[in-house]
Amino acid sequence: MRDKIRSMVESNLNIFNSGVEFSDDDNIFRKGFVDSLFAVQLIAYLEAEFGIKVGNKDMDIKNFNSVSNMVSFVERKRQEDGGATFSQ
Amino acid sequence: MAESGVKCVVWDLDNTIWDGILLEGDSVRLKPRIQEVLDNLDRRGILNSIASRNDHDLAMAKLRELGIAEYFLYPEIRWDAKSVSLRNIQKNLNIGFDTLLFLDDQPFDRDEVASVHGDVWCMDSRDYLQILEHSRLNPKYVTSDSALRRRMYLDEITRRKEEEAFVGPKEDFLRQLNMVFEISEAQESDLMRAEELTYRTNQLNATGKKYSVESLDAMRRDARYKILVCELRDKYGSYGKIGLALVKLMPGAWNLKLLLFSCRVLSAGVGGVLLTYLRNASRDRGARLTADFLDTGHNRMMRATYMVSGFTEEAQRSDGITVLENDLTDVPPLPDFLDIQINVNWSVE
Repeated sequence: MRDKIRSMVESNLNIFNSGVEFSDDDNIFRKGFVDSLFAVQLIAYLEAEFGIKVGNKDMDIKNFNSVSNMVSFVERKRQEDGGATFSQ
Repeated sequence: MAESGVKCVVWDLDNTIWDGILLEGDSVRLKPRIQEVLDNLDRRGILNSIASRNDHDLAMAKLRELGIAEYFLYPEIRWDAKSVSLRNIQKNLNIGFDTLLFLDDQPFDRDEVASVHGDVWCMDSRDYLQILEHSRLNPKYVTSDSALRRRMYLDEITRRKEEEAFVGPKEDFLRQLNMVFEISEAQESDLMRAEELTYRTNQLNATGKKYSVESLDAMRRDARYKILVCELRDKYGSYGKIGLALVKLMPGAWNLKLLLFSCRVLSAGVGGVLLTYLRNASRDRGARLTADFLDTGHNRMMRATYMVSGFTEEAQRSDGITVLENDLTDVPPLPDFLDIQINVNWSVE
């Protein structure tokens, strides 16, 4: 899951700023040129790829501002959603 | 639900715009008064486009010869189903299917479009002379922004082409656009456009609420409110007044009742710029900053705009509005590729 999310962010960040380097814990909303359009794409990606539903309550930047935070968020959502199991 | 106003009329060519079939060698002639209809729509700010199965170069040459080529944005002249053409036009203009009117003489094509895009209004093109009378093609206001709408889209096409051709980081591209973002208090002359924005904008309206000129004018005269309008210009021209914010000023607390942007500026990142400005302005005056959000099913982009600017959910009001609050710390610097001009006086007499 981590690798998938990372490569999604990477491929999009490269459009904005070629050769940008970031770690899994870097705040991508500060590091790169990330705007709300990208945030919406990112959320749509997480929903489609990992079968979760991001509600208004989940719309907190802390859930999406780093690769690690997105991984924890998706894991938490899956547990909340009644333990539906997905292979990684 | 009220039917939305038509934002773009999509025309077939053969036996719709002109009499005859171009590829069968007919010497085609424009239908009576067609130019008048196109011109009238154009002045109302309603766009025109084409969905025709035809030879692209030949048809474009004919449109130029007839003197009407410049009316059409993103013409779809191709050997494909018309539903594909309608989808491309909708995507390119970034407007809803329910704002498209499709005129074609062929029942098959109208049915094909209707079966794929149920929200597109499909009409037999022989009724083209009546469309100007229809309420869905009579916007309540025609503002200076409406009359310039086609030109603004043409500027946008030029921009996209240059952006695609530009080699280098996106920030370098943005920098050479010489963008000016102007935030001003609404003047009386801005109110019609402000109302129009609340009616035209669905995806980028944080509450989905509509405001009339009268209600906006009452707020403009009320010291407890600020109405801000935003204009964006770059080296290609002005995008017009593309953003609107209603701020209610209470002692020590500001509430952003409405934030909206025109879909024309979706990718310019101006939402974040306006919010950064408001975060600084409220913090400098010792006021908390909250914002109203109402999920309309179409406006997730605005929730994301607030989120990216550091707003978090604070409370749920009984009217369904979610109140978001900004902690006002960690406000990012304003981007250096934009020249930001402010014409706002926050002092309360």
